Amino acid sequence: MELLMSIVIGIIFSVTIYLFMSKNLLRVVAATLLLSHGVHLLLLTMSGLQRGAAPILSFDADAYTDPLPQALVLTAIVISFGVTAILLVMSYRTYKVHKTDDLEELRGSADE
Amino acid sequence: MSNIVILPIIIPFIIGAILILLYKRHTVQRVISGITMLILLAFSVFLAIYVYQHGTVVLEVGGWEAPFGIVIVADMLSTLMLLLSTLVGTACMFFAFQTIAMDREKQFFYPLFLFLMVGVNGSFLTGDLFNLFVFFEVMLISSYGLIVHGGTGYQLRESFKYVIINVFASALFVVAIAWIYSIVGTMNMAHIAQRVAELDQAGALNIIAIMLFIVFASKGALFPLHFWLPKSYYGPPAAIAALFGGLLTKVGIYAIIRTFTLIFNHNPEFTHKGVLITIAGVTMFIGALGAISQFDFKRVLSYLIISQVSYMVMGLGIFTPLAVAGAIYYIAHHMIVEPALFLFAGVTKKITGTTDLKKMGGLIGTHPWLTWMFFIAAISMAGIPPLSGFFSKFPIILGGFEAQHYVISGVALLVGLLTLITMMKIFSHVFWGKQKHTEEQAKISVGKLLLPILPLIALTIILGFAAEPMFNYSMEVAQEIMNPTNYIESVLKE
Repeated sequence: MELLMSIVIGIIFSVTIYLFMSKNLLRVVAATLLLSHGVHLLLLTMSGLQRGAAPILSFDADAYTDPLPQALVLTAIVISFGVTAILLVMSYRTYKVHKTDDLEELRGSADE
Repeated sequence: MSNIVILPIIIPFIIGAILILLYKRHTVQRVISGITMLILLAFSVFLAIYVYQHGTVVLEVGGWEAPFGIVIVADMLSTLMLLLSTLVGTACMFFAFQTIAMDREKQFFYPLFLFLMVGVNGSFLTGDLFNLFVFFEVMLISSYGLIVHGGTGYQLRESFKYVIINVFASALFVVAIAWIYSIVGTMNMAHIAQRVAELDQAGALNIIAIMLFIVFASKGALFPLHFWLPKSYYGPPAAIAALFGGLLTKVGIYAIIRTFTLIFNHNPEFTHKGVLITIAGVTMFIGALGAISQFDFKRVLSYLIISQVSYMVMGLGIFTPLAVAGAIYYIAHHMIVEPALFLFAGVTKKITGTTDLKKMGGLIGTHPWLTWMFFIAAISMAGIPPLSGFFSKFPIILGGFEAQHYVISGVALLVGLLTLITMMKIFSHVFWGKQKHTEEQAKISVGKLLLPILPLIALTIILGFAAEPMFNYSMEVAQEIMNPTNYIESVLKE
């Protein structure tokens, strides 16, 4: 299972890098979104995908799941949610001010 | 007593949240946020003295014991950084009162400013690696807000790059956290350090060390991840640029110092003497060349940040107590002088209406006080005795020669010379020569604007003339962070 997840994470990362290289503002924002998904999957996978009872609630199970990675992923998801919201607003404002969403056309003005 | 260490995080957080509600009343916002910064400053002075006298203070948040819960740790390095950051924050806040336009003030400037302080103070105080990531994000998200504040076309375009590189670096931070968790199974930095010493997994840990170094280097603007800094720091007003120049890169440098003394001290031949020193040398040189090639006040200063932060990395890379103490001293010097120079750029812009060096001249005739205060800051930055710049560079370079790192020490001396040329270039263009501003502009009084800069200038003189007590303090900090057992024991209570 971990091997499969590693391959999936690898695919997500390569798609992310591809999207980062594109010239469209919105695609770059989508890239950051996808990147955060890949990273969160990695965070869960690296601690081992365990099957066990929830910790603390009961004391009679054979094996317990490690709760920490899930807490970390939850925090990371909330943060990436906020960052994505800011990025969307910023790219919309950039589009409104510069009248283009093409990163190539954003270059080359006098004050650069 | 240990509860007090959370106050530098909690106070700006609560006040910032309250100020959101008062966003229409800018006078109330000014008064409240000004008082908040002064309280923070007084409190961080108290905390620094308290930790110096009584040793490390550890707070286990929510009463969860050390390796399981989050810990807030105030040791000498973090309290020193806390003191410097609130000092810079206070100076920039009082400068902002007079320079930030009214419509910008009403766009949540003060709440964003205070949330930035939450993130910066939290990054210095936390003892948990994932919590460090969270406070980094608090700091970065507020900085995204501040760097586009005002929303001019230039700011939006350049800030987008700043945001993207930081989002990418944050993602890599989580990747590094995932890797380190899979190896040591803990997030508490003291606990990680303890397990790293037991595990003997040099290969895998080297990879994680480099990964974390990439993350912090992109926040601290080290080569080859420095390219975003000069352009994005050019956009916002001087008060914000000064705050960023003083704080944000230094948070990255602090994180490098903390992780590479506490956790990744297993293989210094590779990580410190190999990677850190090489990167520091290249960054130093490239930043200095960039500063020489530019003819814009703010851009020159932005490139100077790049070349100056690498002195701190160099001190850490040499990894002897003397050089690390020099790096600590250098952080103190840099965090005082760099914001002061940025604020001077703001003052000259207020007079002449431009930051282009070629369009300025002759300010020495009309504004002598400004000129001489800038002169002190400039020669301090260039490293001329008896100011703080000299006494902070000296131990780093001396440590480099003692440890037989001749190449990097030579580069550091050369870069010192290039910095002097840069400062002379600014001085001769802006203050000497024919007066290029109009008679009306010459009458603009800047006395009030110089007032927030005055404490910074006074401090660089004091740090220079009182070099011995300050150096002894840096030496104690260096010895403390180079012996991580002390930190580990006070966190894990063994």
